Amino acid sequence: MIELISESRCTSCGLCVMVCPTGVFDQEKGNIPVIARKNDCQTCYMCEAYCPVDAMYVSPFAEEDVKVKEEELIQSGILGSYRKEIGWGKGRTSGAAFDTSYKMFRLMSKMPGH
Amino acid sequence: MGKTFLRGTFQNSESREMDTDVLVIGGGPAGAWAALNAASKGARVILVDKGYCGTSGATAPSGTGVWYVNPDPEDREAAMKSREALGGYLADRKWMTSVLNKTYENIHQLEAWQYPFPLDEEGKPHRNSLQGPEYMRLMRKQVKKAGVKIWDHSPALELLADEYGVGGASGVFTTTGERWTVKAGAVVMATGGCSFLSKALGCNVLTGDGYLLAAEAGANFSGMEFSNAYAIAPAFASVTKTAFYTWATFYYEDGSIIEGAGSQKGRSVIAKTLQTQPVYARLDKADDEMQKWMRKAQPNFFLPFDRAGINPFTQRFPVTLRLEGTVRGTGGIHLVNENCATNVPGLYAAGDAATREFICGGFTGGGSHNAAWAMSSGSWAGEAAAVYALKLGVNSSKRNVVGVSTTPIVSAFNRGAQKRTVSHEITKAVQAEVNPYDINLFRTENKLLPSLRRLDQIWKEIRGGILIDEADVVKARESAAMTATARWMYSSALERKETRGMHKRLDYQKQDPNQHYRILTGGLDKIWVKPESLPQNREVIQG
Repeated sequence: MIELISESRCTSCGLCVMVCPTGVFDQEKGNIPVIARKNDCQTCYMCEAYCPVDAMYVSPFAEEDVKVKEEELIQSGILGSYRKEIGWGKGRTSGAAFDTSYKMFRLMSKMPGH
Repeated sequence: MGKTFLRGTFQNSESREMDTDVLVIGGGPAGAWAALNAASKGARVILVDKGYCGTSGATAPSGTGVWYVNPDPEDREAAMKSREALGGYLADRKWMTSVLNKTYENIHQLEAWQYPFPLDEEGKPHRNSLQGPEYMRLMRKQVKKAGVKIWDHSPALELLADEYGVGGASGVFTTTGERWTVKAGAVVMATGGCSFLSKALGCNVLTGDGYLLAAEAGANFSGMEFSNAYAIAPAFASVTKTAFYTWATFYYEDGSIIEGAGSQKGRSVIAKTLQTQPVYARLDKADDEMQKWMRKAQPNFFLPFDRAGINPFTQRFPVTLRLEGTVRGTGGIHLVNENCATNVPGLYAAGDAATREFICGGFTGGGSHNAAWAMSSGSWAGEAAAVYALKLGVNSSKRNVVGVSTTPIVSAFNRGAQKRTVSHEITKAVQAEVNPYDINLFRTENKLLPSLRRLDQIWKEIRGGILIDEADVVKARESAAMTATARWMYSSALERKETRGMHKRLDYQKQDPNQHYRILTGGLDKIWVKPESLPQNREVIQG
């Protein structure tokens, strides 16, 4: 579930509020969005993918709260890592261009049960 | 049209009213293709999404294979044949051929829109996979470019209809609480399937809303017994990507191997084991090269592992099965022709909201068929809805259509409350009927019948008015939709007294040639079930 909106990074652009498919965030005009309905978070990571300043962290634990420390997430390189992985953001090439599914499918079709 | 009871008026005085030719409900791939194709026919189109067109639904956060097959007769024949037996021979070659053609065309359209299909070492593009975030971001861009009005965070709460059929919908803007009403010549239902808030990746917006909306207008369903798909996921996480477990070995807690467990046919063994003890997996069949490919193919698959500090190739991790219901299952709104028309005039259905039996029969075709179905059925539904609406012309806005909801739509919208609401209680009660493997996966009359009776009771209470004071009308509708969906599922599952496709009856373990037909269902207070009359010209294929 969503665990962090970094106050030091967030620019209050409101994009996460807009793209969240389950309406987890609220935002008062000009302020940093707040996690208003955490229980509705479906752990889909879309807010992270869209956040232009890598301010969001979605914990992989879909059903339990986890305490996180922003500094540790930055140090370990996790904050913003999904966005980097899919090649979104200025100066990056979309990861879709490097999609190796076709190589997997080729092997998969030869495996039993496929 | 169904009778309406308990229908209140929305208390909030703020409301927006609009006329359009085509209203598309749902902004996943099916809805996006529908909107584009309707607009290309010259229709005015509004697309409403409960969440956000571009991130909503099962596709956007994930990645999917696509049933993209070169138009070589031998390749096409092999593609059609490959899953006919798994689906219990309920698919239809004519539909399959059309879907293969349309998918081929649409994938090349995506390429023309600069979707970056990967090139191999020889510079040859490979077009049989789509990465969800990229695909759906591109679709939103194209939909906007086509002049479609996109209303995000705007769930539909009821369809509008008159004696001539469906003519619009009304709903709420969840960010303001303002009510909206759209009168439309035709409506395309592209709301996805129903996975009962199981937190399967991207699926929590898929609560069967469109099924309930359609049923209230009198639509029929088909294949609702094929609704018990479960996906493998790390026990703690949302990322469901069963295909990757092709390279997994499954283990008991003590590290010994669970014989027969597997991602395909061995999923029942996993479920059986999970009934009494935890199951662990390790992707130890993937060599170094495969491990690299997996990462580039589906970056989202590795999020839970990387973040939890697990190396899935060398470390065992606990797994679970998350219910994907009719999202991966094939049941949905019945279609009467290749225009994706329903039995209700003015109402079209596409993607997972519609039945996928025509190309998959009774077994999920995996992501690849689902993606092909969404883009094909969406295109056809959008185009046909536009033609229908444009034929009605200005007359459609003069129709006196009214809401046909069967649940109370009262009070001002307030999304503050979450727990201890009636909707929440109903949701929990329905999940307790559809999640357990011993009811939904390993099916018997002994378990299904009492479960259906309990679900009927919940529906009765809903109709008696227990949702009337719910502040969050969207959650109230979701809970009602899930209740109704579960009842169509189990009514159909009881009717099919055999094992076919994903529908496994422990009390009827064989496929019965005399039940080689699709099963239709429908109704709300009283549910009916009946075999579909078989078309005379259906090819008889020996199982």
